Parts: sequence; structure tokens; C-alpha cells
Amino acid sequence: MSAIQPNVREPVSDELALVRAAKGGDDKAFEELVRRYDRNVFRIAQHITQNREDAEDVVQDAFLKAYGNLAQFQEQSKFYTWLVRIAVNEALMKLRRRRPERMVSLDEDVKTEDDSLPREVADWSPNPEQMYKQAELREILTRTIQGLPAGFRTVFVLRDVEGLSTEETAQALELSIPAVKSRLLRARLQLRERLSRYFQKRASGDGNQ
Amino acid sequence: MKCSEFLNELTNYLDGALDDRTKSELEDHLAWCHNCYVVCDTTRKTIEIYRNSELYELPDDLRGRLRSAIMSKCSQQKKPGPQGV
Repeated sequence: MSAIQPNVREPVSDELALVRAAKGGDDKAFEELVRRYDRNVFRIAQHITQNREDAEDVVQDAFLKAYGNLAQFQEQSKFYTWLVRIAVNEALMKLRRRRPERMVSLDEDVKTEDDSLPREVADWSPNPEQMYKQAELREILTRTIQGLPAGFRTVFVLRDVEGLSTEETAQALELSIPAVKSRLLRARLQLRERLSRYFQKRASGDGNQ
Repeated sequence: MKCSEFLNELTNYLDGALDDRTKSELEDHLAWCHNCYVVCDTTRKTIEIYRNSELYELPDDLRGRLRSAIMSKCSQQKKPGPQGV
């Protein structure tokens, strides 16, 4: 088996030029940064908050905060990583407000017991996506990822959906690299486990396991 | 290599972040351990399904509205307050 291919992102060579222009007061340059990353921020925000209105608010709040604090951006990381860090914090604040009964943090549910050991080891159908209609598939994927603790979900989304590197994810979440790796492994295994219930090959004439 | 050791390295393996020697030990294990092969293969499929899923895409009309709101609030931030402070 070969390694999975990283998500290809737009080259960032001109990102710094846009950031510097925006710092100098060029709003068109800032608007270009909004255009470049609004979809990513929206996806990340919706994955964390699990609520569309909250995600819309997070997009606005995160860009406004970035705009107001551009002078403090030290250019030691990519602008995008810095923006993601702002957006994740805004999204977690929304989630905490909506679920005050639960302390939501990136450290939640990090238990020492191993809840990620594979139990379902049946192979999947060759084309699991084709087993369900598109709307059904989206429902399955949404419900499954929403079942993950926020700390795992966020790491998975940044690394595997948005294609940030381990180092960028660690910077954006203010976590250590080993913490990112351990959460990513457990997030991937837990999602795999849950999806296996839908996608594994079924014995003919028997829908049960 | 035991299955638990394989699992510990699974993320590094899928991300192509292993040295050649560890990678080849993992692949030896995969060659005879069907359970680990399935776990590895279905974990890879899990990642690919989510990566290709486009679960939360921002519709164009909403995108335009959000961007206008952001830019208009940005220009308000720039203006001095009513008392000129």
C-alpha cells in the first residue's frame, strides 16, 4: 500500500505579499485573503460547532479578528495557519456557549483507556460510496464525524479534510506534535470503526453481522 | 512486529512519514496479518471518503453576503469613532 496523497493547496507564494499589503491598509488585499480562505474557515467552523448559523458567525468573527490584529501577525507561520487558530478558538467559544452543561475543550475525552482498538475487521465493499444515495451518504458521514469528541474531530478535520501538516495543526491548535499524532490516530480509527458498520461487505441474504 | 505496534505506526505509515526500515517491517506484517491489512485499507478509505465528501460547502450567495459583511465591518473598524477617538 502506498501513502495517501496530501491535499494540494494553492501556492502561498503571494500570500505574504497580500498580508503585507493588507497590513499597510489595502483592503482589496485583505478581501483577496477572505476570498482565498472563507470556504476553509466555514468548513472548519461547521465541523466544530455543528451548526450552520454559528459557522457563519465564526467566518465573520474570525476574519474581523484577523483584520483587527494583522499588525500582531508576526509572519513566523503561514497566514492561513494563524487564521485557522483564530477560527478554531471562535468556534470552540460558540460550542461552549451552546453547550454550557459540558466543558468543551480540545483536551476533552482524552482518556487513557484504549477506545480505538479495532473491533470491526471485515473488509469494505469495493465502492462503499456507491452503496448509498448521495444524500444518504452525506447523512452517514455527517452523523459519524459529529459523534467524535470535539478534540478528535478538530484534529481530523484540520489534518485530513483541510490538509494541514502535522506541524501546522499543532500550531493552529496549540498542541504538541505527539498530541496531534495520537489524536489523529484515534480519530481515524474511531471513524473507520463506525463507518465499517455501513460499508462492510455483507454476506448475501444476511444483513446482520 | 505485533498488531499493537502496527497500529501505533498506522498514522505515520498512511502519511508516508516512516523511515524505510520501519516501513518495510510494517509491510511484512501487512503481508501476513489480514486483520491489520483490513484496518489499514479501511482507514485509508475513511480518510479518502471524508476528503472527497464536500460535507459543508459554502453556497455562493451566502459566501458573497458574508464577504460583503466582513469588508463593510472592516472599513468601519478603520474609521475613527464618533468623538474622533
